[in-house]
Amino acid sequence: MKLKLKLPNPGLDERIPSHAELEKLELEEAGERPQWDNKAQYMLTCVGFCVGLGNVWRFPYLCQSHGGGAFMIPFLILLVLEGVPLLHLEFAIGQRLRKGSVGVWRSINPYLVGVGIASMLVSFMVGMYYNTIIAWVMWYFFNSFQDPLPWSQCPVNENRTGFVSECERSSPVDYFWYRKTLNTTPVIEDSGGLQWWIVLCLFCAWTLLWVCCLRGIETTGKAVYVTSTLPYLVLTIFLIRGLTLKGSVSGIKFLFTPDLDELLNPSTWLDAGAQVFYSFSLAFGGLISFSSYNSVHNNCEQDAVIISIINGLTSIYAAIVIYSIIGFRATERFDDCLDGNILTLMNAFDLPEGNITESNYDSFLQHLNSTAPAIFQELQLKTCDMQTFLSQGVEGTGLAFIVFTEAITKMPFSPLWSVLFFIMLFCLGLSTMFGSVEGVVAPLQDLNILPKRWPKEVYTGLVCFVSFGLAIIFAQGSGEYWLALFDSFAGSIPLLIIAFCEMMAVAYIYGIDSNHVLLSHDIHDNCLQENFPVLETKSYPDWIYAIIFILSGVPALVIPAVALFRLIRKRCCATEEKHMAAEPLYSISDKLQIPDADRSTNTRVPV
Amino acid sequence: MLAGVLLLIFLPPLVAKDLCKDSQDGFKVRLSIKTALGDDAYEWNESEMFLFRSTLAYAMRKQTKQDTYNITNILVCNDTQRVSFVFVVTSPDDPDQLIPKEQIEEAVRQNKHRINNAFLLSDMTLEFVGIPPTLAAPIIYDTEPWLIVFGVVIGAVAVGIVALLMSTVSKKRRAKEKAAGLSEEDEGTVKENGTALSGLGGKEGVYNQTFSNDNRFTEL
Repeated sequence: MKLKLKLPNPGLDERIPSHAELEKLELEEAGERPQWDNKAQYMLTCVGFCVGLGNVWRFPYLCQSHGGGAFMIPFLILLVLEGVPLLHLEFAIGQRLRKGSVGVWRSINPYLVGVGIASMLVSFMVGMYYNTIIAWVMWYFFNSFQDPLPWSQCPVNENRTGFVSECERSSPVDYFWYRKTLNTTPVIEDSGGLQWWIVLCLFCAWTLLWVCCLRGIETTGKAVYVTSTLPYLVLTIFLIRGLTLKGSVSGIKFLFTPDLDELLNPSTWLDAGAQVFYSFSLAFGGLISFSSYNSVHNNCEQDAVIISIINGLTSIYAAIVIYSIIGFRATERFDDCLDGNILTLMNAFDLPEGNITESNYDSFLQHLNSTAPAIFQELQLKTCDMQTFLSQGVEGTGLAFIVFTEAITKMPFSPLWSVLFFIMLFCLGLSTMFGSVEGVVAPLQDLNILPKRWPKEVYTGLVCFVSFGLAIIFAQGSGEYWLALFDSFAGSIPLLIIAFCEMMAVAYIYGIDSNHVLLSHDIHDNCLQENFPVLETKSYPDWIYAIIFILSGVPALVIPAVALFRLIRKRCCATEEKHMAAEPLYSISDKLQIPDADRSTNTRVPV
Repeated sequence: MLAGVLLLIFLPPLVAKDLCKDSQDGFKVRLSIKTALGDDAYEWNESEMFLFRSTLAYAMRKQTKQDTYNITNILVCNDTQRVSFVFVVTSPDDPDQLIPKEQIEEAVRQNKHRINNAFLLSDMTLEFVGIPPTLAAPIIYDTEPWLIVFGVVIGAVAVGIVALLMSTVSKKRRAKEKAAGLSEEDEGTVKENGTALSGLGGKEGVYNQTFSNDNRFTEL
């Protein structure tokens, strides 16, 4: 089906280099523009960008809550229909137009530069809070080098008569997360001051990121050999470890038990679409940038398909590993709960040990209830339900920092497993951050806001430094609430709008023949926080709405704002020549052509 | 007479039982041997009870520093299948007087780990109802281990940054030197000879026809 509609786009052919020009450009740029050392680096970087924390702590939860094995059907269908085309689109425009996100949109139509700027802003804001999560991961990693692990038992109170009361009422893992790590305040208005240990971890995270991104893809290309491959190794180790633990199979069964009725539920499809979209890190501008460093003859369609498949398979693999460990934890909890109840019963009725076991527990319960109901009521036995334990806190930070850490404390050699697990999370997060930083640095270079002669190191250093400075807000007592805010509003709505604009721009303004993309219009609350233990819902104060507007509105509004700005400037400004002289031309071909008298065929006419 | 004698014989144990059963100064003890030892669990019998009474007597001796405590001072009652019972401690000087609860609690607390070890049990499996176990002292580190790891990582990162920046600087310097060196070389050759030969770019020379075989001109 050929789309007949194509909006008028004057000067398009002058802005888009032809294939012959591209060949020439490739040879000339060989020294100046960064290039991938080999295809493997490019693939590993893209895989690392796409495979992130969401594959580990969002997908397994979605899979289990939307009918287990049945969720694979919408997920895989939307992977093919939504993920592959959008990925191919970004790779194609990057590779063909050989610029970062701002340059690419300027080439397609200068009025669309706003899309590139919006991508940059979103990359910046998402990078800010994403690296904070990495800082939390690093904090846990630093604390894993001791035995016993600090979250395995409650700390003792001052006079050593008992445990700290806050810890006793919840659990050691909850206490360590909410008190020792975050030191959360009750409400977002209560800032709670800066938590110096989190500031240190943030500093560590940002400097480590800067080291890896120091010279752009020159350094990240080397770093991804480790950060993109290590998670798979660790997942395999955990799989082997998990399968040898008691109860792991029940976890996997719980994950994959299909419930085909869920397919009739529209929210299943919406969640699958959203997961595919966010998982591919589309609309950040990073993928466009990465593919622009490729050779012109690279087969980007094949790359898109390969990366989509890898991303999908990684999600499923991670889900299996996670749920085997969750199954183990749930079984341990269930056994503890049952043993506790059995002990209570034995103590109350002075029965010899071994009389009540797991097998005759239920019959015994009934017998006792009928014979001595009064005493039975007094005992207040806990309800031990396996399903509850399996569905506790299984997404987001709750999964990583509460459920999984608890499971690790129950394994032998816990510090080793803890170190491995947090190294894996760190690598997953860091490789995504590479794309995020690229999504900010490349547009900055294209926009020519900062002096040209500044080396790449200064650009990356500046971005990391400014982000670190602003991310200090997440190191406050109320930092977790701010992070949830950013996660819900900075990363969700603007990305959908940008992706929509990308699609429309390429389809109607650039002119592609057919477009089969299915886009989910769901404004998805990609909230990382899980209600575990059950938190009170508090309403946001009014000034939060201003923050939300800044987070979501500004990137989205930048798109029409920039178009309007250019329109006004075109109408009002005096001469076109003054324009052209002012426009910095930094591509070699431009430099070669400007002094020539004949500028008929190969001129770049900025509009 | 006989009745009186019989009474005298049977009174102490009866009195003892009353002392134990009705007393406020007694403690209930629970043992969970099977939970603790599994297959290696020993059976609870009179000898084990004897051991228990003697360890308690030992604890009392240690705590009060009086060597007069004997096994007869520890009275036990309410034996159940659970393996739980109640015990009281009588004063060595006066068998009818009971030692107050607080003193017994103190004695047990001080020597709990000795009592535990005698029975191969732990604080969880040998329970004195009403005497919570003293918790282990928290481990106090001179430097927190996380700070040490943090220091190592930051050190590595700093080394990495310095190394990469130095390599960039040295690369730029080498590039500059190379550019300067090349231009110098060109000037040198021109200056050196000052002849047309230099323009040939250092090749072997011009083919001088004077000394060549010019058969091609003279052959007929």
